[in-house]
Amino acid sequence: MTDGELDLTLFNGAVRNSENEHVAKLLRAKSKVLVAFGSCAHMGGIPGLANLVEKDEILATCYLSNASIEPGNQTIPHARWAVDGMTLEIPGFYRRVYRLKDVVDVDYFLPGCPPAPDQVKAVLLAVVKGELPPRGSVVGASERAVCDDCKRTKSEKKIKRFHRPFEILQDSSRCLLEQGILCMGSATRSGCGVRCPNSNQGCRGCYGPLPGVSDHGAKFLSALASILDSKDPREIEQILDSLPDFTSFAYRFGLPASTLQRSYR
Amino acid sequence: MPRTITIDPITRLEGHGKIQIFLHDDGSVKDCFFQIPELRGFERFVVGRPIEELPRIVTRICGVCPASHHMASAKAVDGCFGNQVAPVAHKLRDMYYHAHYIHSHIAHFYALAAPDFVMGPDADPTVRNILGVVAKVGLDIGGKVIRARALAQKIQQTLGGRTTHLVWCMPGGVSKGLTPEELEEIKPMVAELAGFATFSLQLFRDVVLGNPGYVDLILHGPYTLDVHNMGLVDDNNAPNFYHGKVRVVDFQGREICKYEAHEYNKFVAEHVEPWSYLKFPYLKQRGWKGFKEGIDSSLYHATPLSRLNVADRMATPRAQEAFEEMYSTLGGHPCKALLAAHWARLVEMVQNAEMLERYCADPEITSDQYRVIPDRVTGEGFGIVEAMRGTLTHHYTCDENGICTSANLIVGTTNNNAPIQMVTKKVAQALIKPGKEPDKGILNMVEMAFRAFDPCYSCATHYLPGQMPLTIQIYKGGQLWREIRR
Repeated sequence: MTDGELDLTLFNGAVRNSENEHVAKLLRAKSKVLVAFGSCAHMGGIPGLANLVEKDEILATCYLSNASIEPGNQTIPHARWAVDGMTLEIPGFYRRVYRLKDVVDVDYFLPGCPPAPDQVKAVLLAVVKGELPPRGSVVGASERAVCDDCKRTKSEKKIKRFHRPFEILQDSSRCLLEQGILCMGSATRSGCGVRCPNSNQGCRGCYGPLPGVSDHGAKFLSALASILDSKDPREIEQILDSLPDFTSFAYRFGLPASTLQRSYR
Repeated sequence: MPRTITIDPITRLEGHGKIQIFLHDDGSVKDCFFQIPELRGFERFVVGRPIEELPRIVTRICGVCPASHHMASAKAVDGCFGNQVAPVAHKLRDMYYHAHYIHSHIAHFYALAAPDFVMGPDADPTVRNILGVVAKVGLDIGGKVIRARALAQKIQQTLGGRTTHLVWCMPGGVSKGLTPEELEEIKPMVAELAGFATFSLQLFRDVVLGNPGYVDLILHGPYTLDVHNMGLVDDNNAPNFYHGKVRVVDFQGREICKYEAHEYNKFVAEHVEPWSYLKFPYLKQRGWKGFKEGIDSSLYHATPLSRLNVADRMATPRAQEAFEEMYSTLGGHPCKALLAAHWARLVEMVQNAEMLERYCADPEITSDQYRVIPDRVTGEGFGIVEAMRGTLTHHYTCDENGICTSANLIVGTTNNNAPIQMVTKKVAQALIKPGKEPDKGILNMVEMAFRAFDPCYSCATHYLPGQMPLTIQIYKGGQLWREIRR
């Protein structure tokens, strides 16, 4: 196959190992249009949460210390292994998770986990008709926030404490955030069909940040700060304490895409 | 001169794997390795997360059976809160799961397995696919299949709110119930799916059983293994997919063990090989004995076939009839012919449809008491469900604030890692011989060996894949000698 022979590649998955990177580079070369398809390719996705821990900790947990590992096991997988004159290779496991954009030039980003089927269809039709927006754009998503498309009633947001989802029975017609249930709908691009709030659960941001926002979690944090119903630093701290492990909420689908990641590369 | 055959990546697997076949100088098979090239590390990076978020995180282990992970995770999380769950929530989850099974089994049978049987195992790869199947069986049947799958999807959506990557199960129950109006919408869909399950069995009779060559391949081909069987059963030893005890029965039909979810660690352990990211589970009390078949083997498989092999009966009457027909045709219960997994899948689908009918008739199903607020964190939970592709175990611990402190996952396909390894080698040895050059047909028959397991490697290594065309490279004396492409 010659370079540029493929009209379109929808690339899904993040880049976690040498083979992922090889395939990404190969498909980049062979494709006229390369689309980062879904949250993993777009922002690193949920597997990107692995960037909160070291590679060696992952290997130790999975192969040495977990509850059902063979008693006494000291073996972990190796990229290259010779046995009885035969050499076996598996891809090298990288130190962290990368977005597709970190290893190749990406033409378009189609967000979502998974992307909503009607959005995928619209993008495919745009490709066929040659009606794509400028390269580098997010496609198959709205320019509005999830909140703008959510049918729950909204009034003034003033939060005295947060509740974990199982701690209260929600009012299914009222804004979740106003009930103290964490929902990223205000900071997240719409296009998903508001599917999590419609299932009585808060948004976790799989469609990524709003247009013009580079750091999804930071933007959400600043939105949250503005609705805390207190001016007393100690009380504010208490309110925030009712939200454990904020990082994994704010960057549920995009830790590899966050500014937190830059110092780590 | 020694040669190596590499099949990488394997087609029509919902995931990603690589087969390496090493040949002796005379062209006979020296050894065969089935390698899994991916790891993501969910077991480590969920530590530190609020435990109630895990059912929303682990769905991303797999885009093919996210609901299985969601259910196993929900049950493990239930355990972390002292199993305080609204009773109707268990019924709703089970109901959802039956619809999910139908959805998944349709995809496997018609899109992944049928090409081998309808088109023939050595048919040209350009027609040995779902499009070829539709062209051969007719657009009418093709349309029926697509419609049935959409109905199963619609039932899931009505119950769970969203389909792929559910956010529905939570501590205490589920986030939304089923209204009487929604139930009325579902009822005709369930009736249609029940008809479709019967239709699929008939199609199997006509296409597969009607062809003596296929029956011979199933019963007398190289696709058998002397390893044991695992599956979840109810109190009557009938298959259950959401609840029950894990039963292990040897290939001669004797029970080896039967355990509750919280006892899994006494009965199953995982061996690690340096050349694959995927672990090799075995029966812990027998110890790891290597890739060995036989009555003393410590290996088992966990598939639709093994689920029926560990069952004494089905849970519903029409499925029971199908079960009896299957085993009388195959020469008795249990059955070692791995390709019979495709038939077993259809028998299960009948039970799934009948269970949906039962739930539709259950007056409690539309109860609005679908969630309770748990009042204590107890700190440890075990969730076992039957994923379509094998027994799925999630085991979590959390601290007093409900923050995850450990997670252990033994995923459906992982159970089958050693058997797949062994049967692949067995088939390669039976088909690749001195003087007989491997061609596309033979290599597809090698692939058929593990396709019977419906393996899902994205799942097993907790990695989300893409699918790639197949390339086979044959090495002669260290040099690339031939390349076969699809």
